[in-house]
Amino acid sequence: MPNKKTKIAYLGLLTALAMVLSYLELLIPPIFTAVPGIKMGLANIVIVFGLYCFGFRYALAISLVRVFAVSLLFSNVMIMTYSLAGALLSLLIMWALKKTDRFSYVGVSVGGGVAHNLGQIIVAIFVLKTIEIGYYMIVLTATGAIAGILVGLVSALLIKKVAVKIK
Amino acid sequence: MTKKRKNDILLILSLFLLVVTAALAFSLFGKRGDVVIVTQNGEVIAEYPLSENLKTDIISEQGKINTLVIENKMAYISYADCPDKICVSHRKISREGELIVCLPHKLTVGIEASEK
Repeated sequence: MPNKKTKIAYLGLLTALAMVLSYLELLIPPIFTAVPGIKMGLANIVIVFGLYCFGFRYALAISLVRVFAVSLLFSNVMIMTYSLAGALLSLLIMWALKKTDRFSYVGVSVGGGVAHNLGQIIVAIFVLKTIEIGYYMIVLTATGAIAGILVGLVSALLIKKVAVKIK
Repeated sequence: MTKKRKNDILLILSLFLLVVTAALAFSLFGKRGDVVIVTQNGEVIAEYPLSENLKTDIISEQGKINTLVIENKMAYISYADCPDKICVSHRKISREGELIVCLPHKLTVGIEASEK
């Protein structure tokens, strides 16, 4: 396990990486615009990596700083509520799934992807005061799962190849 | 590792099963609605019958515009001055419970059935 100073340095590096990935994703035009919220969730690669290599607290720090910084820099406070709810629920579910020790990186990240969308939909239900918006969750569960599979595969690769070099 | 992989696949399959079931239930049991309900900030601001063709601008308190069109018993948003235009690209709705949402303007356009 790396010492604290090294860990903090990695934390900064990973946070920056998560921000870049979030920004990159903003540049990609939406593939399927009929339902809002369909995203790859590239930044989640960094969160999964952080969760496995440095633990829950570090992943939480990366996630929170990313949400605040990206919202302030590239979008608005309104969007921040959605991102925050998604990011927190996603991390919580991933942490819980990881804790059960029954799922690999892919299963954990699939849970995270779906939970991210669920968190945002819950906020939308409160903001718009319309429960019917939950109907989007049908599509968003499927896309969240697909995004989660891809993110999980990349994370698994990174954790195996890169994590061993972190000392 | 293989045990975990198996659990992963189970998790993914059950999620997709859930999606397919929900989607099927929705398309099988979803009845055609006949009233278009427009809400802004969670309050109903207008109701229109789905049977009559209509084109109207919905202007929010902040002066933001969404143009609602009802045509051939289908409702959709033809224009919006929001940045993302997600509501404009949403497909036409006609079934009970279907909903078009414009997050930036806190606007929803939904379909309901008038008679129980």
